[in-house]
Amino acid sequence: MFADFDFAVVIKSLPFLWEGMQLTLLLTILAIGGGLILGTILALCRLSPYKLLSFAAGSYVNFFRSMPLILVIFWFYFLVPLIVGRPVGGFYSVLVAFVMFEAAYYCEIMRAGIQSIRKSQVHAGQALGLTYQQNMRYIVLPQAFRNMIPILLTQAIVLFQDTSLVYVVGLHDFLVNAEIIANRDNRLIEMFTTVAIIYFVLCLSASLSVGALQRKYAK
Amino acid sequence: MIEMEKVSKWYGEFRVLDDCTTRVDKGEVVVVCGPSGSGKSTLIKCVNGLEPFQQGTVTVNGVSVGDSDTDLPKLRSHIGMVFQNFELFPHINIIQNIQLAQEKVLSRSADESHKRGMELLERVGLKDQADKFPAQLSGGQQQRVAIARGLAMDPIAMLFDEPTSALDPEMINEVLDVMVELAQEGMTMMVVTHEMGFARKVADRVIFMDEGRIEEDCTTEEFFGTKRGERAEVFLSKII
Amino acid sequence: MNYNWNWPVLITDPYFGWIVSGLGWTIAVASASWVIAFFLGSLIGIMRTTENRILLGIGTVYVEIFRNVPLLVQMFLWYFVFPELLPESAGNWVKRGIPLPEFWTAVVCLGTYTASRVAEQVRAGITSVSIGQRYAAKAMGLKPFQVYRYVLLPVGYRLIIPPMTSEFLGIFKNSSLALTIGVLELTAQTRQIEEYTFQGFEAFTTATVLYILVTFIVMTIMQIVEKRVAIPGMVSLRAK
Repeated sequence: MFADFDFAVVIKSLPFLWEGMQLTLLLTILAIGGGLILGTILALCRLSPYKLLSFAAGSYVNFFRSMPLILVIFWFYFLVPLIVGRPVGGFYSVLVAFVMFEAAYYCEIMRAGIQSIRKSQVHAGQALGLTYQQNMRYIVLPQAFRNMIPILLTQAIVLFQDTSLVYVVGLHDFLVNAEIIANRDNRLIEMFTTVAIIYFVLCLSASLSVGALQRKYAK
Repeated sequence: MIEMEKVSKWYGEFRVLDDCTTRVDKGEVVVVCGPSGSGKSTLIKCVNGLEPFQQGTVTVNGVSVGDSDTDLPKLRSHIGMVFQNFELFPHINIIQNIQLAQEKVLSRSADESHKRGMELLERVGLKDQADKFPAQLSGGQQQRVAIARGLAMDPIAMLFDEPTSALDPEMINEVLDVMVELAQEGMTMMVVTHEMGFARKVADRVIFMDEGRIEEDCTTEEFFGTKRGERAEVFLSKII
Repeated sequence: MNYNWNWPVLITDPYFGWIVSGLGWTIAVASASWVIAFFLGSLIGIMRTTENRILLGIGTVYVEIFRNVPLLVQMFLWYFVFPELLPESAGNWVKRGIPLPEFWTAVVCLGTYTASRVAEQVRAGITSVSIGQRYAAKAMGLKPFQVYRYVLLPVGYRLIIPPMTSEFLGIFKNSSLALTIGVLELTAQTRQIEEYTFQGFEAFTTATVLYILVTFIVMTIMQIVEKRVAIPGMVSLRAK
């Protein structure tokens, strides 16, 4: 019960937890970066007039969206060393998994953002004599990007939470480090409660900030 | 039948209704007009308690609307209301729209409510549309159904909140014709509208609102005669 | 790439049996948790659309808590921490007394987590039914419960069929997290096959194909359902 909740264990473990958090944050940031780049390419393919490209991008998205992230992690944990031909360490395999997986979601967000711009806006741009590229560059994308920012940020929070799934291949992230101490000191309650509270505080403040930003943009 | 006594309402700092006092007697037809944002829709929604108000009293047939003990659903079931955007329920067909409250509120049998519904649909000229869904009807037709839906409850009064504002011009008259007929039969009506032709034809009194206040409250003859004030003059010159 | 293909391994004993039982557990976990997610989520979603501050507050707190803690951490809280918070006898019962404690822990965890997401969809569905519909339903004299039962919910649920389908597919995919507490569902079984046979390609391909197949079946069924309950003339909200 909480009556014998041992704060000392938690305090003592903070440096080790911080090490784990650094891996969590690094993985999150790299996966966002890679996912955004790949996701943008996919979105452009998906909206392109070339049927084959758009079909391929669409299949990619549907493929990854029907798979559990854990299975994707297992896939790349198994595949990446096989393709590279030598052991590369869990971190890189998992990073590839996250980038490939997130790209599918980022692609959909961007596609929806671009398609949310009303047709009449496109027509208005065309009526002024703008070319396709100019219309995209000056009219459609700036508006689309504004609409997308809150959703992209929310997706980043989801990704931050999802990185905890590296547990299944034993990378030493925030959660795994907490679990190591929990098992070593037999302090499951303290460690898992602490982890939950820290995740909660971080994610809640992040999502509240996104909400505030959204309201600011909405004006 | 409807009495409003010094009714005031605020949205935060903003005062939407300012000391409004008026009444609608049995069998009377009262038209409420005024520029947009003048509070006329809010005023009419206070009559059946759809909009709460902070000060003053509204009584309908002797029952106080603002009183927390009042059974609002019961009070509302005696007053029909027609909305600007029709507000037929999209997931059920036309006749079910008219039957729903008869069965769930007045506990009429399905047969009885169906019979009453068909009578009213015939009256508004839409008997053959009974099995269609709202989205399959034109705006004018939907609004006539909405009137039938209100009448099905055998109301003691009818409230109309800009019933023709959302309609294409060619559909306005089919709705107004039904309302004129209703007025001539002696229904007590409170109507928020810009249709001055309708007001001239059947209204007993006209209320003019501006910035949350009742600026004019006089007989139709007086309002369209010379007695109206400056603001009402400006308003009328804009819409006629 | 140097790899020895061996597809027939999938249909040899005991691996074929593992795959079948894994798929069975995946479907069992997903369906059982969906029951919790749907009913609890609907209740909380509805609470968040009422005018009662306490209900609103409870709903908001619920959604924020479950949405801002990683699902895997929630799984560990339910499995390792929750039984310790109960009185000793109840805690022991949860840990050892009930049959299949891992299965039920996973079900409760996924169900309560997805409920917070379902709640948001239900709330979105209800609030996208216009305020005018609420007014119209109230104006007919329907009681608050009836307003939800006959108007807001039938329309709201229809609007959210696509996003609710995504939520169901989400629970189906997330059921793979049950492997972390020892439920041998599909992903766990194929991982186990990989570890026993080193045929990772074949094993993971099997899981992938099965997940895609179930996704496809569910989406096809839901598209049929959506068409069957579609309101003539109306369109639904698309999944985000």
